[in-house]
Formats: sequence, structure tokens, C-alpha cells
Amino acid sequence: MAEVLFFLAGMGAITGAIGVVAVRNPFYSVLALVCHLLSLAALFLLLRAEFVAAAQVVVYAGAVMVLYVFVVAYVGGQDVPLGARPGRGLRLVAVLFGAVLFVELAIATLGSGLTLIGTNGQAVEAGFGSPAQIGELLLTRFLLPFEVASFLLLIAAVGAVVLARRRGGITAAEDQARYSAMDILRPANTGTMAEAVGGRSGAARREALPVAGTPSDDDSGSDDDGEEA
Amino acid sequence: MDIGWYLAVSALIFTIGAGGVLTRRSPLVILLCIELMLNAGNLALIAFSRMHGDPDGQIFAIIVMVVAACEVTVGLGLIVAMHRRKLPIDVDEMRELQG
Repeated sequence: MAEVLFFLAGMGAITGAIGVVAVRNPFYSVLALVCHLLSLAALFLLLRAEFVAAAQVVVYAGAVMVLYVFVVAYVGGQDVPLGARPGRGLRLVAVLFGAVLFVELAIATLGSGLTLIGTNGQAVEAGFGSPAQIGELLLTRFLLPFEVASFLLLIAAVGAVVLARRRGGITAAEDQARYSAMDILRPANTGTMAEAVGGRSGAARREALPVAGTPSDDDSGSDDDGEEA
Repeated sequence: MDIGWYLAVSALIFTIGAGGVLTRRSPLVILLCIELMLNAGNLALIAFSRMHGDPDGQIFAIIVMVVAACEVTVGLGLIVAMHRRKLPIDVDEMRELQG
């Protein structure tokens, strides 16, 4: 049973990985990565890592991939042909490098001479990899990495907001429109007709007009006439 | 299943990810390929954790997932900033660091 599950999940993981690299549209690459992550979670379950598998599905395949999908939809996934400009020579070198890397990794892990590598692993107790055990370890022995990880997440969140924010923030024109001299002259809790109809854009349009209010300016109502007088 | 098979799958996924980083030019896909490589590392960590019957490797894998999430957040922020400045979404075009 475990062999069949390993075969299915391993095939899913490798197919998903190849799909990420080979598919042209970045949107489908993200979907292939979701397939890969779900298969990998099945492999984690086979290795008795219940909590990590659940976190993989919820955090990775759920939250992080949603972020990816949003960014791909925002940026607009261009259909980039696979390795069009690097030329066939460079692509060949990349494939060759990949093959060499695989051989090297296989030698480093499988040929490491570890005695347990050809077995199912050591016998473990019933609660191995359960949320209770992981939580206890995180809050006792690995408390410092746990706290550092939370700080890292905070820093990354702030950094992403700083990187992706609109440059310059709120522009000066918007500030002016919001705090004009009319705010003082106007009675409390009232607004202009333009604000009611067009919101802030109405005020911006009024300022964009030429010198004095022209008769064609229908949006700004009678209140504006008082302002311009 | 032998632990060695899991390690072989992990090495294969890492290789595919590394090949993707080398051949693709869109930074979005390169980030996805880095995710592949990190996940291959996670699989190897959990396989070794099972091999030794010691859950420390799983803690390591969880921390790796946290770092990967941070890397994705900052990377996607950079891509959005590139898009805002009308820069081409292409790593070959982004050779210089000056804004």
C-alpha cells in the first residue's frame, strides 16, 4: 500500500515540478506548483510528518499560492517562449548542468554510506510528528528559532508593503482637495454637491478646470459659485 | 518504502528546480523554481528525520517553509514594484541595480 501511494505521490510531485518549468504561461506554472505541493504533502504523510503535511497544504498550497495567483493576474502573465533568446547552446548547457547536479546529489545522499538509508527508518512511537509533539518542541527546545521566525515574517510583511506601495503616497493635489479653505467657511457636517456626486474626483476635476468656473461645469453645483465669488 | 527512494525524488525535484532557474527568464517562474528547490530540501529533511526517528528535522522543515514564505513575499513585492515602474518583467533586462 505504501509503495503504491509513494509511486502515485512521487509521480505527481515530479510531474508538477516539470510542469512548473516547462509550461509557458506563468498562471499554469502556479497551478502546476499547487499540484506539486499537494503531492509532496502526501509524501510527507507517508514519512509520518502529519503536522508538516497539514501546514504544507494550508500555508503553501493555500495562502502562498493565492498570493502568487494575484500577482500573476496583476502583472499579466506574458507567454514567454521557453528559452527563446538564450539560444540552444545555453539551454543544452543548462540541461547538462542539471544532469550533473542530479548525479552529484544522488552520490551525496544515496552514496553517503548511512546504514539506515536502505530501510524504512527507525521505529518511532505513536505520536511522531503529531501537532502535540511539534508544538512542544517549538515552545521548549526550539523557542529561539520560533521567535526569530515570527520576527522574520513581520519584517518580510513590512518590506513587501514598502516595496509594492504607490510611489509618493497620497499626492499633494489630493491633500489640497481634502483640506481646502471651504472647509472652514462651510457649516459643520455639510459638503458640496460635487463631493456628493463625484466624490473626491469631482473636486480634482474642479481644480483641473481653467481659470474661473465656466458655465459648462455642471458637476459643481451652486455651492461652488459661492466659493468662486 | 526505503528512505533512499524519497531522497532520489528529492534530488530529482531539486535538479528540475535548478534547471528552471537557469532556463526561464520571467522572475515569477524563477521564484516558483526556487520554491521547488526549497521543497526538495524539505523532503530530504523530513526523510532524514524519519530515518533517524527524530522530529528535529521536521522543525527545520517548518522553519524552511517560513523563510520560503518571506522570500516569496519580498520577491512578489519586487515584481509588483517593477510592474509599477513599467520595467520589463524579464531578468535579462534587469541587469543593473540602479533605479
